[in-house]
This record gives sequence, structure tokens and C-alpha cells, in this order.
Amino acid sequence: MTTKHEPYYVPAQSAWPIIGAVGLFLIAFGAGSYVQQLNTQQSSGGYILTAGIAVILFMIFGWFRTVIHESMAGLYSSQMDRSFRQGMSWFIFSEVMFFAAFFGALLYARMIAVPWLGGASNNAMTHEVLWPTFEAVWPLVTTPDGTKTEAMGWTGLPLYNTIILLTSSVTLHFAHVSLEKGKRTALTLWLGATILLGLAFLVLQAEEYIHAYQEMGLTLASGVYGNTFFLLTGFHGMHVSLGTVFLLVLFFRVLKGHFTPDKHFAFQAGSWYWHFVDVVWLCLFIFVYVL
Amino acid sequence: MSTITQDSPAAHDDHHDDHHHGAPKGIMRWILTTNHKDIGTLYLWFSFIMFLTGGAMAMVIRAELFQPGLQLVEPNFFNQMTTVHGLVMVFGAVMPAFTGLANWLIPMMIGAPDMALPRMNNWSFWILPFAFAILLSSLFMEGGGPNFGWTFYAPLSTTYSPDSTALFVFSVHIMGISSIMGAINVVVTIVNMRAPGMTWMKLPLFVWTWLITAFLLIAVMPVLAGTVTMVLTDKYFGTSFFDAAGGGDPVMFQHIFWFFGHPEVYIMILPSFGIISAIVPAFSRKRLFGYSSMVYATASIAILSFLVWAHHMFTTGMPVFAELFFMYCTMLIAVPTGVKVFNWVATMWRGSISFETPMLFAIAFIILFTIGGFSGLMLAITPVDFQYHDTYFVVAHFHYVLVTGAIFSIMAAAYHWLPKWTGNMYDERLGKIHFWCSTISVNVLFFPMHFLGLAGMPRRIPDYAIQFADVNQIVSIGGFAFGLSQLIFLAVVLKCIKGGEKASAKPWDGAEGLEWTIPSPAPYHSFSTPPEVK
Repeated sequence: MTTKHEPYYVPAQSAWPIIGAVGLFLIAFGAGSYVQQLNTQQSSGGYILTAGIAVILFMIFGWFRTVIHESMAGLYSSQMDRSFRQGMSWFIFSEVMFFAAFFGALLYARMIAVPWLGGASNNAMTHEVLWPTFEAVWPLVTTPDGTKTEAMGWTGLPLYNTIILLTSSVTLHFAHVSLEKGKRTALTLWLGATILLGLAFLVLQAEEYIHAYQEMGLTLASGVYGNTFFLLTGFHGMHVSLGTVFLLVLFFRVLKGHFTPDKHFAFQAGSWYWHFVDVVWLCLFIFVYVL
Repeated sequence: MSTITQDSPAAHDDHHDDHHHGAPKGIMRWILTTNHKDIGTLYLWFSFIMFLTGGAMAMVIRAELFQPGLQLVEPNFFNQMTTVHGLVMVFGAVMPAFTGLANWLIPMMIGAPDMALPRMNNWSFWILPFAFAILLSSLFMEGGGPNFGWTFYAPLSTTYSPDSTALFVFSVHIMGISSIMGAINVVVTIVNMRAPGMTWMKLPLFVWTWLITAFLLIAVMPVLAGTVTMVLTDKYFGTSFFDAAGGGDPVMFQHIFWFFGHPEVYIMILPSFGIISAIVPAFSRKRLFGYSSMVYATASIAILSFLVWAHHMFTTGMPVFAELFFMYCTMLIAVPTGVKVFNWVATMWRGSISFETPMLFAIAFIILFTIGGFSGLMLAITPVDFQYHDTYFVVAHFHYVLVTGAIFSIMAAAYHWLPKWTGNMYDERLGKIHFWCSTISVNVLFFPMHFLGLAGMPRRIPDYAIQFADVNQIVSIGGFAFGLSQLIFLAVVLKCIKGGEKASAKPWDGAEGLEWTIPSPAPYHSFSTPPEVK
């Protein structure tokens, strides 16, 4: 072996994973119980869930603090850095597949389930016998059992949100370029702008939900159009929230001067995550709103 | 007490003082560990406990089916047993066993110091027992546990399911998170941590098959998460993904579920192919025949696995072109699978074969898995499947590929690598007794099921028509015998851990691979300095 192998840091025993396991258990058990107790007087599930979230937050805080300390201490070789990068990429791929399940449901409902209920393919009798008055149109504003709702247009709020999120991807890219060029002030400003745009997106999204529920009668229970609309935009919104928190942490780390032009995996990961969330929104905008 | 796994003194700093010491002591060693061997051991023991748990449920099923009529359990409890037996065996026994083997073996096989992300590795394991605690505890709740089959078809899992379904959903979420993190760890380890000179086409096949398995896991476990989420909202939050009255479709459930479910089937068999490809050459004292074709065949199976899901749904009334498409794609899988079977046989051809327990299990795997493959081809023929669908023929088919396939390969792997793990040889005589008891009883258990299915006995029903009584009795006796045989395995493993003839670094003279270059038992930290691979 001619080249010397770099050391690979194998951390010692750590308590964070088991704390995380307990936290996840409390979240799962609490959420499960909470959902079961929705229409009852009991509320133990909610408390367990809250406790679980608290434990997980504690774990995330402590685990990341450990990792940041190790990173600042220079324990991570470039090979470790590659492990982190590859790990993050595969995590994002798994997220893509999570959204794929819901996009699959949307496309199946739209291209197959609803037309079949209207008698397409070999389903003439389904239509005739079960739902003779049903009209197969998309967006599905009247379900086979007669629930009525309104379709969300793509102009107005959704369009503004698209512009906001696309812009935020650009500002984040500028932040990254500034980081690589070592321009601290520009980095701080561009990153701050990205976070503000993310928050603006979330506020408008909440506005849209309120509008949908209160004025349009578009709810989680208004048939498969509302189902796919809320689950897709809802999970996307959760990802934007998480991404915003991620960027906020990066912002404080930037203020502390944690990143160097050539070593900033955490920034890279946050930026990948944000761009991914942005791409999901583009697909959402096209398939949920426009088409 | 962090450990820098390299000999450079420059890499030390003050809190890394017990560098390269052995394992810490006590229970906290296992709870806090970041060591791939410890975590592998945890996975393997967990898997074995789940295997016995799921096995106990199978015993309840076979006891109830010993006679026609209802005698031991309520039908609802019977349904819970079939459901939880399936979930426990798939997510609790087979998958963690493979992850345990991956943890133990992959770093040693590629010359890495540990898994790429050791703390996440610990987390991936420790959330699993919690997930199963939630799932199993739901059995004891009011209304009972999941009773809709491990495939949780809507509307059984939505409209007609017990109150505890939410707990089922969240426990599946945790199992999914565990699998995804485990898989990411495996991929990153293989891609990034190979020793210098360990090029792609030198990787042991176990590593190759696990790499491809991990890719499948990352691709489809999130889809399972999506599916259970839709079940949750359909049941509790008024959505109608799987309800025609709201514009959804129960068949859509099956499409999304099996988009996960079919690759899942290969997730549970591809690592087996890797194991058999390690054991057959070792005991034939020959190089593996057709190494590169094995790699390509594994990749082809993985790609095809995304194109065959609807062969589980031939009777749902899909358009004919879809039935034909999925039928032909399914049959195509026989080609790469056949390549593998022929390669194993060709490896044994004119080899100097000896029949130690791992080899016995490997040969049984080749024969019995192939039987399961053939019954799979029968099921793939759409018009014929109309007859077989949801009968015991299907039960026989997937138990041949999962028990005499996946489980037998795991047993083979355990015997093959036990000397490396424990430093002691296992008791060969006991091992052979375990093998013959298992192999005879497993065939008494599953082979007659084919005839039950062909004669029309439906699966997942606690009662049956009187003409099936004789065969069911034989099947149940086989089942009890197979269950009891596994206690022999427990005895072999415990005996081997306690002591026995000391194993050399390479106890199998025909075995190849980096794991045989280090002493037995493998030191707590192997390959702190990467070996050179020629």
C-alpha cells in the first residue's frame, strides 16, 4: 500500500441512540393511543406523545452537539465526510420514495379509480348499478356518495408560494456560493433571506388551509381529491418546517463561524434537503394544483 | 473513550485513551454499543427470539387446524395469530437476521474497521424491540391486535379493523425507520469503506447481494410507510383513499402495498443467495462458478422486482393487458434465478465436497428453494392463479421460499460463521441432528399444503371441510416437529458459545475471504488498519 490510509473515526459507546429509541417508542405508542382516543374522554396518549417529542428533541440536541464537537475537533476525515454525504443522499432518496407513494395514490385515483367508478374500462356495471349519478371528473368535486367540495385553483396563493420557494432555492444557492468563496456577510444575508422565504411559505400555506377549510369546504374528509391534496401538501409542509429548522440551526452555526469554504458537510446537507423539498413542491404544484 | 481505528499516534487525543481495548463489560455494553459485532449479535439474538415468538403463533395455528371445527381459539384470535405470525416472521425474524449477518460480516469481508455510521447503527437496532413491544402488546388490548392478515388489505384494515390498528401503524413506521437506517448504513459502508484493492468485482457475493438488498430497502420501505399512513387516515381521519364511496379504491391499496411487498420478497431472499454463494464453494473446495453472472443476475432480479407487483392481484379484475404484462415479467424472473441455481450446481460439479452442517443446509436450500421457485412459476400463470389464489397452495409456495429458503440460509450462515463469532466449533453431531430433523419435518409440514391448496382449501380460515382433515393432521404434526427441532439449534448455539473445540482462524479449508484472515473469535476491532487486497 503506497498511500497512507486516513483514520476512520469510530465513536465510542453513546447513550444518544438508546435515548432516541425510547423517544421514538413514546412517540409511536403515544401517537397510536392518541389517535385511538380521538373520540373519547381519555387523553393519556397525548401526554405520552408530548413526552416522546420532548425526549426526541433532547436526543437531537445532544446527539448533534456531540457530532458538532467531534467535527470541530477535527476527528472527521474526508472519508467520514463522504460517508455523511452518501448517507444524506440515500436518506433523501428514501424521502423521494415516501412522496412517490402519495403521488402514486394521486395518479391512480385520478387516472384509474375515478374513471372506473364512472364506468370506464370494463366497469360499466359498477357505474350503472352502484353509482348511476356519479360523474367522473377531476378535480373530484362530488364524490360517489355525494360529498361536495371545491377545487383549489393554482393562481393566487399557490402561485405566490411557488415563486417564494423557487426563489428560496436560488438564495440558498447564493449562500452556498458565498460560503465557498469565504464571504461571511453575504452568506449570512442570503441564508437569512432563505429562512424568511421559508417562513413566508409556511404562513401562506397555513392561510391556504384555513381558506380551504372555512370557505371552500375542502377538508381531509371531502373525498379522494381532498385526501391527496392535504396529505401531499401536508407532508410537504412538514418537510418545509423541518428544513426551516435545519436552516435556522445552520444560521446560528454560521454566526459562530463553524463552516470553512472547503469543509461544511452540514451546510451541504441542509442545502440538499432544501432543494429536494423545493423539487417536491414543483411536482406538487404541477400535479396537485395546475393539472 | 473513543476509538480511532488506525495506528497513527497523531490521531490520538486525550480522551481516546483506551484505544483498541476489548469489549466493555456488563449490560451497558449492549445498550450503548457502537461496535458492529455487538450490534450484529444483538440483531441475531433478537431475530431468534422473534423466530420463536412467531413460531409459537404458528403452533397455535397448526393446533387449531389439527382437526376440522373450532376447538382451541376464537376465529378472531386465529386471525390475529395468522396476522402477527406473518408480521413477526417477516419484520422481526428474517429481516433482522439478515441485518445482523450484514453487521457482523460486511465490515470483516471488505476490510473495514466498522460500519460507516456506528451510532446510527445502534439506533437502527434498539428501536426494533420497542416496535415489536408495541405490536405484541396490542394483542392484549381490548378488541385484540391486528387481525387483517400481514398484508393488511383495505377495507379489512380500515373499516373492519380493531381499535388497536393505530398501534399497528406506528409500530410498522418504526420497523421501517429501522430498516431504512440499517440499509443506508450498509450501502455507505460498502461504497465508501472497502479496503484498498477491494474492487467491485472482487466483493464477496454476500456483500454484493446485501448492497442490492439495501437499495431495495431504501426504495420500498418508505412506500410501506406511505401505505400504513393512508390506512391510518382512512380509519381515523375520514379520508377515503381505499373507499370507493369517496372516489378511492380498495384495489389501490393492493397496488401500493405490493409495490412495496414484491421487492420486499426479494429483500428476504437476495442475502440468502449471497450466503449460499459463500458456503457452496467453501465445502466444494472450488471457486464459485460464474461470479460475474451471479452479480448481474442479482441486479436483474432487483430491477424486475419493481415490475411484477400485480401478480399478487390477478383476481382483482385488472384489465387483461395488465395481467399479461405482470405474468410475463414474473416469468422473466425465473431466468436470473435459474442462472443462480445452475451456478451453484456447477460449483459443486466435480468438487471435493464434504457435508458439514452449513453445506447440508446450503444443499437443502438449493433443492427446496427451487421447489418454491417452481410453485411460484405456477402461480405466475394468470389463468391458473385464478384457481390457486388465496389457497394453501400459496401458503405452501411462500413457506418453501421463506422457510426452506431464507430461514435455511440463515441457519447455514449461523453454522458457517459460528466458529468465527465464538472462537469455538459447534457440535457437528448435534448440528446434523438439527439439520435432518428440520429438513424432514419442514417437508412434512409444507409439502402436503400444495395438495390442500389444489383441492381448494382456503388460507387464513380457522375451520375447514372434513375432507381436508387427514392432510391437515399430517401438516400439523410436521409443524410441531419443525418447531421443536429449532430448540436443538438453540442448544447448539448455546453449547458453542460456552465452549468446544477451539476454532482456527480458518476452520473451513475451502473458505475464502478476508473474514478468515483474522483470528477466531474475531477481535473486538478488526481491520483497524485496512488490509491490502490483491
